[in-house]
Amino acid sequence: MVDVLSGFVGELRAAGLPVSMTEHLDAMTALGHVPLEDRVAFKYALGATLVKNDAHWRAFETIFEVYFSTGSPGWSAAPPADQQDQQGEEAQLAAMLSDRHREGDAEMAMLSAEEMMELLYRALLEGDEELLAALARQAVDRFAGMEPGRPVGGTYYLYRTLRHLDLDGVRTRLMAQAQALALARPGPEQPMTDLEDRLAREEYDARIERLRLQIEAEIRRRLVADRGAQAMAKTLRKPLPEDVDFMHATQEELASLRRAIQPLTRRLAVRLTRKRRHGRRGPLDFRSTVRHSLSYGGVPAEPKFRYPRPAKPEIVVIADISGSVAAFARFTLQLVYAISSQFSRVRSFVFIDGIDEVTSMFDGVEDIGAAVHRVNTEADVVWVDGHSDYGHALETFWTRWGQQLTPRTSVIILGDARNNYHASQAWVVQELAKRARHVYWLNPEPRSYWDTGDSIVTQYGVFCEGVYECRNLRQLERFVEQLA
Amino acid sequence: MTDVTRPPRFESIAAVRDGLRDVRYLADEGIAGVVYLADRLAKPVLVEGPAGTGKTQLAKSVAEMSGARLIRLQCYEGLDESKALYEWNYKKQLLRIQAQRVREAASGESWTDIEEDIFSEAFLLPRPLLEAIRATDPVVLLIDEVDRVEVETEALLLEVLSDYQVSIPELGTVVATQIPLVFLTSNNTRELSEALKRRCLFLHIDYPDLEREREIVLARVPGIAEHLADQIVRIVRSIRGLELKKQPSVSETLDWARTLVLLGVQTVDAELAKDTLHVLLKYQSDIAKATKELGGSPPR
Repeated sequence: MVDVLSGFVGELRAAGLPVSMTEHLDAMTALGHVPLEDRVAFKYALGATLVKNDAHWRAFETIFEVYFSTGSPGWSAAPPADQQDQQGEEAQLAAMLSDRHREGDAEMAMLSAEEMMELLYRALLEGDEELLAALARQAVDRFAGMEPGRPVGGTYYLYRTLRHLDLDGVRTRLMAQAQALALARPGPEQPMTDLEDRLAREEYDARIERLRLQIEAEIRRRLVADRGAQAMAKTLRKPLPEDVDFMHATQEELASLRRAIQPLTRRLAVRLTRKRRHGRRGPLDFRSTVRHSLSYGGVPAEPKFRYPRPAKPEIVVIADISGSVAAFARFTLQLVYAISSQFSRVRSFVFIDGIDEVTSMFDGVEDIGAAVHRVNTEADVVWVDGHSDYGHALETFWTRWGQQLTPRTSVIILGDARNNYHASQAWVVQELAKRARHVYWLNPEPRSYWDTGDSIVTQYGVFCEGVYECRNLRQLERFVEQLA
Repeated sequence: MTDVTRPPRFESIAAVRDGLRDVRYLADEGIAGVVYLADRLAKPVLVEGPAGTGKTQLAKSVAEMSGARLIRLQCYEGLDESKALYEWNYKKQLLRIQAQRVREAASGESWTDIEEDIFSEAFLLPRPLLEAIRATDPVVLLIDEVDRVEVETEALLLEVLSDYQVSIPELGTVVATQIPLVFLTSNNTRELSEALKRRCLFLHIDYPDLEREREIVLARVPGIAEHLADQIVRIVRSIRGLELKKQPSVSETLDWARTLVLLGVQTVDAELAKDTLHVLLKYQSDIAKATKELGGSPPR
């Protein structure tokens, strides 16, 4: 048990979760107090002692599933995840299969494909969890075509299984059934209202999602049995939300980023206001001290200090929103606007090969996400062919808005500086740097890719005060904090 | 660690769950498990989660369940040790000295006697943390919204949280006679320090799933029909699926359910939902968005 837990903690650390020595010990102690056969309690005992950040819970859950997935009787001797233990694992897998579900599964295996689909439909209609779990196992048996030792990922098996199940078709049938039920209601005949329709659809979606998760878990269980926990945990290792790379984020990761950015901006805003309020003490304010001493009969009992009030900077954001870096620009704009109270003014410009001012789209808008979406769809940013042309965009910016920059302005340019071999017009950045207080360049590409191919970030960078690699939320947050 | 031996408060995780259910707090597996562990390991619980999911209520309910007194420390910016730990009652001390002066002339007591006397327990004003430590009856200590204090102030809590003791320079160390259950809640407006997190068990309370929320509505809204409760939580789930500034919380769901019961509603239709959305959502933009999504015309 000690070994398994150490392996588990090691894997958590490898996935980027900060687990300290004390927490490891706490987890050990905690396990002494929960009944080991209660898997849920076991999981929460580990979770409460090892994971101290909500954003890390998902990662924890995945690793937990991998390490302690062999079912309730098996886990206490969970595989130490060594290659030599292959046989023990196979025995465990057999034991797992021969548990109480075995009989039901055997029965189910006799069913024809049509009958099984019918069963699936029934299970989803009634939301029968037990049956769904059995069906998930059965579906993986039949359709995934899993072969031991085959080096493909779980997603491949998942895709194969789901393709055979035709869940879209089932959903359509379920909705038709709900509609029919509504029509069969006593009283005057009336179809479902929009609201009812929406609620029914969401209910079925939720059930189908649960089925999908069960299939995924089932596949993972079998893969673990095949390859061992350590290897499996490694392939499942996913970056934490704050470490997800903007440029290569999947749809799912983008969604988790969108969720993560909201609390992040709130935190950032709170921190910055505090920073401003609790700024260091300035020099003695003689006038104020004397004024206040009058109430003590002329004794300066209460010295007053002059608190520095740093001027709020004015921000100009110039963002490349061409396909490759759009996600990055989106998050940066969102972050900057969310804390716009920290700045005296924020103006934003977006470009691909043409450039357009989009400040007005953010004016008085409460939903920053929607505004950013509008920017991406409505801004007039294509000049010739819709491929990034930094040179032209910057030149246009300089001629149209350059005179409006003041010594209080900080200019932030967002982009990968992949200029498609157009002229760089780097002199514009030099001029910007002369007029404005600061010019920063944020590049969403890893530093090692800079100046390869058509990237000319250094040509611009030499005139900037700083060029920052900004690939994930963590780096972005750090930059924005130092800006304000 | 203090070596206070005591019988555990709870038999098992199931006992915690049932106990909480009796005081109408519906805990899920995780909540009950962590509360149980907190008692067994004698560790504080750090409860985090969106606003209005019953973090504070958890502490109150645990207190109610175990028949303990709830001592609450509401955190805010600028909280210091004189508000959190203890303070010397200097007015009383001054009076004492004054009174002494009068007597001194007569009897001739020395200054050391006075000094020893004025820094004794009689002149100590216990604040919530010290009060919880010194209590002889069972107590539950709730440190609410701990993320509001500055990082430096957090350090004040550390001694209490890990060793259940408070050091007072003039008096020595006050050690707990019994270990109180401690809950800290946080709305996550900033990262808490590692030191604090390390000393606590972590519990994240999220919006409940459909079944649990329905049960909560049924348990806490008197006289609500099962059918209506079901519809309410479904609509709330639907609204939580939207991207909103502020998602409706459990307490807002309950408010909404109460409103509907008061209005004598049997079934919720789109029109009615729209008219009462302002109970559930607090931002105009959110209301507009939800109205649009739920179908139909904007609210009049």
